[in-house]
Amino acid sequence: MQWMSRLPRRAWLLIGYAAAAAALFSAPLYLNDFRLNLLAKCLAFAIVALGLDLLWGYTGILSLGHGVFFGLGAYAMAMHLKLAAGGSRIPDFMGWMGLTKLPWFWEPFKSFAFAAAMGLILPSALALLLGFFTFRNRIRGVYFTILTQALVIITVTLFVGQQAYTGGTNGLTGYTKLFGYSLTSGTAKTMAYLATAAALLAAFAVCRYLVNSRFGKVLRAIRDGENRTRFLGYDPAYYQMAVFAVSAGLAGLAGMLFVLHVGIISPTMMAIVPSIELVLLVAIGGRGTLIGVVIGAILLTQAKSQLSASYPDFWLFLLGALFIVVTVFMPGGIVGLIRQARQAILRRRSENEITLDSIVPKSNGVV
Amino acid sequence: MEIWISQLFNGLSVSSILLLIALGLAVTFGLMRVINMAHGEFIMIGAYGAYMTQQIFKSALPKSLFDAYFPVALLASFVLAFAIGYLLEVTLIRFLYGRPLDSLLATWGVGLMLQQLARTIFGAPNVAVSSPTWLDGGWALMPGVVLPYKRLFIIALVAFCLFAMYLYIYRSNAGRRMRAVMQNRDMAACLGISTRRVDAFTFAIGSGIAGIAGCALTLIGPIGPSIGTYYIVDAFMVVVLGGVGKLVGTVAGALGIGVFNTLFEWWTDASLGKVLVFLCIVAFLQWKPMGMFAVRSRSLDG
Repeated sequence: MQWMSRLPRRAWLLIGYAAAAAALFSAPLYLNDFRLNLLAKCLAFAIVALGLDLLWGYTGILSLGHGVFFGLGAYAMAMHLKLAAGGSRIPDFMGWMGLTKLPWFWEPFKSFAFAAAMGLILPSALALLLGFFTFRNRIRGVYFTILTQALVIITVTLFVGQQAYTGGTNGLTGYTKLFGYSLTSGTAKTMAYLATAAALLAAFAVCRYLVNSRFGKVLRAIRDGENRTRFLGYDPAYYQMAVFAVSAGLAGLAGMLFVLHVGIISPTMMAIVPSIELVLLVAIGGRGTLIGVVIGAILLTQAKSQLSASYPDFWLFLLGALFIVVTVFMPGGIVGLIRQARQAILRRRSENEITLDSIVPKSNGVV
Repeated sequence: MEIWISQLFNGLSVSSILLLIALGLAVTFGLMRVINMAHGEFIMIGAYGAYMTQQIFKSALPKSLFDAYFPVALLASFVLAFAIGYLLEVTLIRFLYGRPLDSLLATWGVGLMLQQLARTIFGAPNVAVSSPTWLDGGWALMPGVVLPYKRLFIIALVAFCLFAMYLYIYRSNAGRRMRAVMQNRDMAACLGISTRRVDAFTFAIGSGIAGIAGCALTLIGPIGPSIGTYYIVDAFMVVVLGGVGKLVGTVAGALGIGVFNTLFEWWTDASLGKVLVFLCIVAFLQWKPMGMFAVRSRSLDG
């Protein structure tokens, strides 16, 4: 094992990332269509988890409203798909509600580029707006969290209530085509998967760049001592607004990809329970670490799809128990547990022989 | 005119229930910096407590006594929710003091499990609790305006609870200890107050009041395992709007949200009304970020 420690840590990280990326991109070769679709969903959720981690793990702001941002992205994409599916006719549910003309704000969604842009811009803009009216007044902590939860409630009520424009409780579904290609075909599914994997990698790279940059340092400073950061001359409000918007944008991106895989978006998917489940994705992997939340998100989404279908009652008990166990016993998540184990091993080793490594504590760099 | 009076009365009725729910939340948050997302489930526990009391009265006691079930149910709901709240505080909440965000997630998990437990015991469909006959009918205030006795009773019940809470917080020794812990925990502990006992007792009382709210809700409609989730976010908004640490803040917050919710829903529609109320709250917080009545303190990270 001697040769392993000769390579610098950085090289190991790079090898690890390359292996993970290779495994992701070669997945279509060894997974069947169903499994691939499931994995694609997991990757989409991993993107939300990354964004939420920037906000909660690195800046200390807990948002229970990411379901809304996810949903906005998903609706933007679904609106385009719905229009593409209907051709020149207006979407079916509008007809049932008595509309004869396409509402003006649906019109530009005929263009894919516009819809994709809106899927990022709408969530970010909403986050900026909410952030502007809260962070500037130093509304933070649980007050902010409660406001985001209220945002979820009113958005869901609005989407259900304005049935003629949003499809109501049923949401938007019944579309099969993108760019004229069928979404249900094997090739399209593979393409959608690859797009999601690429998006996840890009999101990961962006988040990694952000948290290692000066910006990321300020975010952590805000998390650990907001007032101290303010006294050092930074205005936390602008940083908080920025990270909230980035985080919401990532959620919107994930929502757009999610619709491609699942083919439906409805208000239930952005309600309170799904929103708070997103937080669990982050908590279980280990908030404040990027690779941890990706792994946590993939694992938990897999577990959910396996268990919630076959044992729905048991799944809810398990979900509740997970929330309690993770927050009380393992606030560092899976990554935290691994770190503790590694330190325990190092400590035991150092009892036998005293080395320089064990005396000088290694810096706990962010993975 | 008539419609105005009935709408205002509806608003008052909504506010009174919100107030009952938010009372416990405001006290526990002010005292322990713990957000209890399982608070809604104590409403559910209270409601099912009333349901069980009624089932017992139906099966075990003569029919003539049936109308007496409601006072017994109120007491039973309070005691049941109080006991479970105490249990929860001792087993879980005390590990979460001073970590509001973590407590929020952990108690949400508790709420999820309690809901699922209720679903396992009582079944997923809603159950109906028939209200006592002496609350049927209404008071005809003027032609076209009838105030149902049930709603009037709930308002009276809330007024009574509020008065009792006022006496407890501001006029009793236990309440004085509670306020002392709320204002300065370390100092209170130094002066010999058992902060642990104060915490546990306060949390249990908050839960018990939520139980009473649940019992009152059985008068209005059928109850189900997820009844608490309809009210919990609004109750939190009451706390945010009213401010933490003062009874009058909670009262004002509940009145504001309840009345405006009803009025906006009357003027627009149910979905737009909620949006307007939310916008009003955010706008109000621009002016007073700490809520209507905040306890002033000079600490920066209060």
